[in-house]
Amino acid sequence: MSWTQISCQYDGTYPGFLSCVFDCYVNREEPVEFRTPEDMCCSLYPLRMVATDQAHATRVFRSFGKFGAEGQRLAVRTFLTCLPDKELWLWRFLRLAYEQGPKIGRNLTDPTVDKVRKAVWHLEHEAHMYKGFTRFSELEGTLVGEIEPKNRVLPLLRAHFSGRYPQENFILHDRTHSEVLFHQPGPRGCAILPVENFQAGPAGTEELQYRKLWRAFYDTIAIEGRYNPKCRMTNMPKRYWAMMTEFQEDYDTALPEIHTLPSGPK
Amino acid sequence: MELLDKLNILADAAKYDAACTSSGLYRAGRQGAIGSTMMAGCCHSFSADGRCVTLLKVLQTNFCVYDCQYCVNRRSNDVPRAAFTPEELCELTIGFYRRNYIEGLFLSSAVIQSPDYTTELMIRTLGILREKYRFGGYIHAKAIPGADPLLTHRLGLLADRMSVNIELPSSPSLALLAPDKKKEAILTPMRQISEGITASKQELAVYRHAPRFAPAGQSTQMIVGATPESDRHILTLTQALYDRYQLKRVFYSAYMPVSSSPLLPVAEGFKPPLLREHRLYQADWLLRYYHFRAEEILDESQPDLDPRMDPKCCWALRHLEFFPVEVNRADYEALLRVPGLGVRSARRILRARRVGPLNFEGLKRLGVVLKRAQYFLTCSGRMMEGLHVSEDGLLRHLVSLEAPALAEPAPEQLSLFDSAV
Repeated sequence: MSWTQISCQYDGTYPGFLSCVFDCYVNREEPVEFRTPEDMCCSLYPLRMVATDQAHATRVFRSFGKFGAEGQRLAVRTFLTCLPDKELWLWRFLRLAYEQGPKIGRNLTDPTVDKVRKAVWHLEHEAHMYKGFTRFSELEGTLVGEIEPKNRVLPLLRAHFSGRYPQENFILHDRTHSEVLFHQPGPRGCAILPVENFQAGPAGTEELQYRKLWRAFYDTIAIEGRYNPKCRMTNMPKRYWAMMTEFQEDYDTALPEIHTLPSGPK
Repeated sequence: MELLDKLNILADAAKYDAACTSSGLYRAGRQGAIGSTMMAGCCHSFSADGRCVTLLKVLQTNFCVYDCQYCVNRRSNDVPRAAFTPEELCELTIGFYRRNYIEGLFLSSAVIQSPDYTTELMIRTLGILREKYRFGGYIHAKAIPGADPLLTHRLGLLADRMSVNIELPSSPSLALLAPDKKKEAILTPMRQISEGITASKQELAVYRHAPRFAPAGQSTQMIVGATPESDRHILTLTQALYDRYQLKRVFYSAYMPVSSSPLLPVAEGFKPPLLREHRLYQADWLLRYYHFRAEEILDESQPDLDPRMDPKCCWALRHLEFFPVEVNRADYEALLRVPGLGVRSARRILRARRVGPLNFEGLKRLGVVLKRAQYFLTCSGRMMEGLHVSEDGLLRHLVSLEAPALAEPAPEQLSLFDSAV
């Protein structure tokens, strides 16, 4: 198993990464780090530049079917997580998965599988939280929402929100990764695109009225005799609060101002 | 009256209902409609008391003809009254739903004029929501005891989950505090709903497009701490409800002093029995997911749950002959009986041990919390290394684990000048 150790440079996309996997297997090379062209630092390992090849990527992607349902899910979703060195962990996971096949889904005590599984759990958990905690504002007939997730949750939210609001035009902006989920009615009306300088227009009176109603409802529903801020924070960590209507006070701005959180993965 | 005032009054009147879940039903969104539901439900916010806010929980109206002593909406209570018209409530629901504030509507009502009239009003609201707006989100409707069975049936066809509140855990308490409600009047709609759900399931098996009656099941709620019933009584009742009426959930609501009736605990200095409520929920989980029976959790010699420890720990301490459980051989049922192991951990253990034998290191990696479980487990015949506990030491260890969470608020310093009462 003495594959040459190399440093792998790719374009940072998922197909790009899958092409790396393909090339590494073809050339019998073991990547010890993954780099994107933006990374400044040089490396002591020989550098292999991998050009993204859609056909290769598709072949690798299809091969994930060998891992069983659970293994396949991990192989696909790990790339969306905020795990530091996710490419490396995913590479190790794939090596193991090609060796073990569907058994990989049960091999929960293996350190690599464990790492990957926890990262994917974090991603899916965060996506589930955002299914509830996302707030939309109606601005001139379009629903606009903003989130600030640690992981790239938009691909996981896409089916949920387009299934829930099939007749709506809506935009969901991911501040951390500068991506936007667009949706308009009709088939194929959904896309995730990179975006810079996202800004929404002002809110109308109806929108302001609904925000007010919601805040009133939220404040009323709590029972004073059971006041329990710790329980609330456990269930709804404070990092979600900034973007939720019930905790915002500015009535007349478009999308309420958000206090920026420390960016980047934790 | 403005919509904002109405919302304030009617949400305030509905907040003592503990049930706020949107689970038990998966329904995908459809083209041309709005809304979907998720099997696991979805919390959209958490209020300052830490309870989940998932549905727009309001009353249709808080005008009431009844005079139940424990209830904030009783006829004799002097509070502002309001009523939503069906149209404005629908508009509000859709407005909130589109902005992703809520998962659906929780519609309850005080009894205005008569149970039939109230139910008709609720049917009008839900009808507009489902038919005009083509709303596919979650709807939880309260059945009104005493309403015509046909009306209750129509309500169930529009709602996803139905509930009838049993309110107090025994009929003497009910007679004392809610003289207008009879035990039979509560159990009749409960039985009707349960039968309706069974019938609807059978019809659906034959005709795919048969109308669905309360597809997310039925739940109920009872108030704990207002009357002298023991935990054992409450749990036995709960179990009977699960067995007989196939309820999805029984909710417990710690009594909050909302009334100064001489029949109820005195309001001043009264602390709602939140810990007791918590222990009851833990026991309730044991009934529903851990294959326990109420008789196992509590017997005649022990009518109440131990506040110091969770019910599963208590059971384990009384049945030390059952332990230690061998992680690599025990079946699912046995694993579920180990304190600290939950449904998820037990399933993961089953999955992971097919690959190879598990040790304590591996258990930690699976996400098993060993804090409690370590005293009751062996891995390949060995206890956790460095663990020496005698039988009576075990009780102290387990109690001390929960002690910090149960700690009372900081003790007050004695004052020289406050005259002792």
